[in-house]
Amino acid sequence: MLWICLLFAILGVILGYAAFRFKVEGEPLVVEIEALLPQTQCGQCSFPGCKPYAEAIAQGKADINQCPPGGEVGVKALADLLGLDAKPLDESFGIEKEKKVAVIVEADCIGCTLCIQACPVDAILGAAKYMHTVIASECTGCDLCVEPCPVDCIVMSPIKPSVLNWQWPEPIQNRH
Amino acid sequence: MDLDGVIVFKGWNLKGGLNLEGHKDLSRQYSIINTAIPNELIYPLVDRSGNVQTALVKAGERVLKGQVIAGSKGVQGTLLHAASSGLVKENEWRMIAHPSGLKSECLIIATDGLDECCPVDEPVDYTQLSAADICEKVHQAGIVGLGGAGFPTAVKITPNNVRTIDTLIINGVECEPYITCDDRLMQQYPSEILLGIQVLLRALAIENCVIGIEEDMPEAIEAIQKAIECSGFNQIQVKVVPAVYPAGGERQLIYQLTGRETPNQGFPADVGVVCQNVGTVMAVYQAIVKGQVLIERVVTVTGMGINKPQNMWARIGTPIKDLVSQCGGYNGPIERLIMGGLMMGFSLPDDDVGITKATNCILVATSKEVTKSSEAEMQPCIRCGECALACPVNLLPQQIYWHSQGGAHQKCQSFGLFDCIECGCCDVVCPSHIPLVQYLRASKSKVFLKRREDEAAMLAKQRFERRDTRKAQEKVAQEQRIRLKKLALVKLQKESASSPVKMQDKS
Repeated sequence: MLWICLLFAILGVILGYAAFRFKVEGEPLVVEIEALLPQTQCGQCSFPGCKPYAEAIAQGKADINQCPPGGEVGVKALADLLGLDAKPLDESFGIEKEKKVAVIVEADCIGCTLCIQACPVDAILGAAKYMHTVIASECTGCDLCVEPCPVDCIVMSPIKPSVLNWQWPEPIQNRH
Repeated sequence: MDLDGVIVFKGWNLKGGLNLEGHKDLSRQYSIINTAIPNELIYPLVDRSGNVQTALVKAGERVLKGQVIAGSKGVQGTLLHAASSGLVKENEWRMIAHPSGLKSECLIIATDGLDECCPVDEPVDYTQLSAADICEKVHQAGIVGLGGAGFPTAVKITPNNVRTIDTLIINGVECEPYITCDDRLMQQYPSEILLGIQVLLRALAIENCVIGIEEDMPEAIEAIQKAIECSGFNQIQVKVVPAVYPAGGERQLIYQLTGRETPNQGFPADVGVVCQNVGTVMAVYQAIVKGQVLIERVVTVTGMGINKPQNMWARIGTPIKDLVSQCGGYNGPIERLIMGGLMMGFSLPDDDVGITKATNCILVATSKEVTKSSEAEMQPCIRCGECALACPVNLLPQQIYWHSQGGAHQKCQSFGLFDCIECGCCDVVCPSHIPLVQYLRASKSKVFLKRREDEAAMLAKQRFERRDTRKAQEKVAQEQRIRLKKLALVKLQKESASSPVKMQDKS
């Protein structure tokens, strides 16, 4: 009896030490989920950014099909990670759209800074009463700057095909 | 060649490869001709690898032949020189030498026909130059690999502490059908090429050099050997390579000549080798010995669709249509206009495209030479494995194709997708006419796109997090300010309470 108690005590100490020594910082599941999200930070999922959404998924407070920019591919990746069944995108959160980039019609900009405050990734440059402009390479195409603009001078324009972003197309399948 | 078993060629150390119909006699027997100054020189401000060139001259400015007109930044930056004198026009969106057939911003020079030169450096004795001087001059002359990839030569020959180079390999193999520009260069300029090699050996501080020449270029082999005898540069070896496609691939040639295998993610320098194309060596000779910058190169204009196939010294930026007209023009309906070779080149939708430093061949192909649309006859893969036998880099193209079709591009990578040199051997042998290389290229593009997207997402995440921290700090700072103000106010009220005179004053 004593021996068993002693053995359990030793095991307890080992477990206690292991919990201390191999402590996992943060929540690894949240990190893994977040890595699959497109980082658009658009808030269409009803959470204020990709990380809060990842946390909500991890806690079971949100479904995996609430991210329109991630699209069906994103839902599938999340389903694979979490061992869930893939499901179609919940359209109440928006539909999957072609990626766009915000462009400020500079002639119309009054320099109100509202879009700068709205941009989740600091991709708009400008100062009060001076013209603003979008740093295209930093823009995630989240649409959040369009709404606050009082003079409607922000347009979401599709990304132009150029030799820099061109991709080899797959051959046209024309089988007999 | 034996299609039923493993393909074995005499003297060929690698597995795979093909014996292709050369079609070299169309152009190889004619001397390289000089070309007229075109009315317009077109320089795309982006190259095939996506490096952006910044224009260094303004519209309306007059430039001289050899003047630097654009340059790209970074370690692998290169310079671009005007190929003739003339006026710089406003930048225009023109079709460029790119497989997409898309338009891109181009710098355009309207030539004035005077061909007025920039003052050139006095030719110097290369034996007096240090390695660093040679590298700098090579960079200043805008020299890039003229074999097709266009990698800056100065970067290749700059001494590197990490890797020790012991062999310089000169690639004179030109294994692609139709192309004969390196063949003609070796036939006509053997002693110049040898001097160029001496310069490179000096820059690399090594003595060992091997020139690989394909066995079906007897004239070139003879010319080079004769020049070696006359010049006494006996440390330069000539090795004859069997006429197997793709013997001229950099990694394939290195293996064939030295038995060293370049690691899949590495460079030839990792196995102690620097490999240079014959054309590049010629450009190095012209830059160092003659003091001329790289403004022209030899281009093979060939194919059954052209009246007089031949090699020509063409200024970089010359529109293809000008070269075609100097070869007697088209002789009938053209099936495809290909820039580069039949196997690895790409089709151009139009002939109003300027040639680049990497353009070695313009192939005007008729329907006899290329099929109209290989896609039309594509049949399902029967898993016969011919593609794997023909593949010179030991890949399983059918397997990569399989995963590529299913969108499993990650899986493709585990099957060595990025080791594919896109030589097209698998396409040629495929009995089902599957355009395997195009599937593999599409797969590569998708992987690159995914990488770009992941990088962008990473950046967006960082910026979002930084913005969050900043906002939190701002909030704390504001609360602090409010608290301090409140405290100050309370203090002020206390003070005023303790001095009733002031209170009376105020009221």
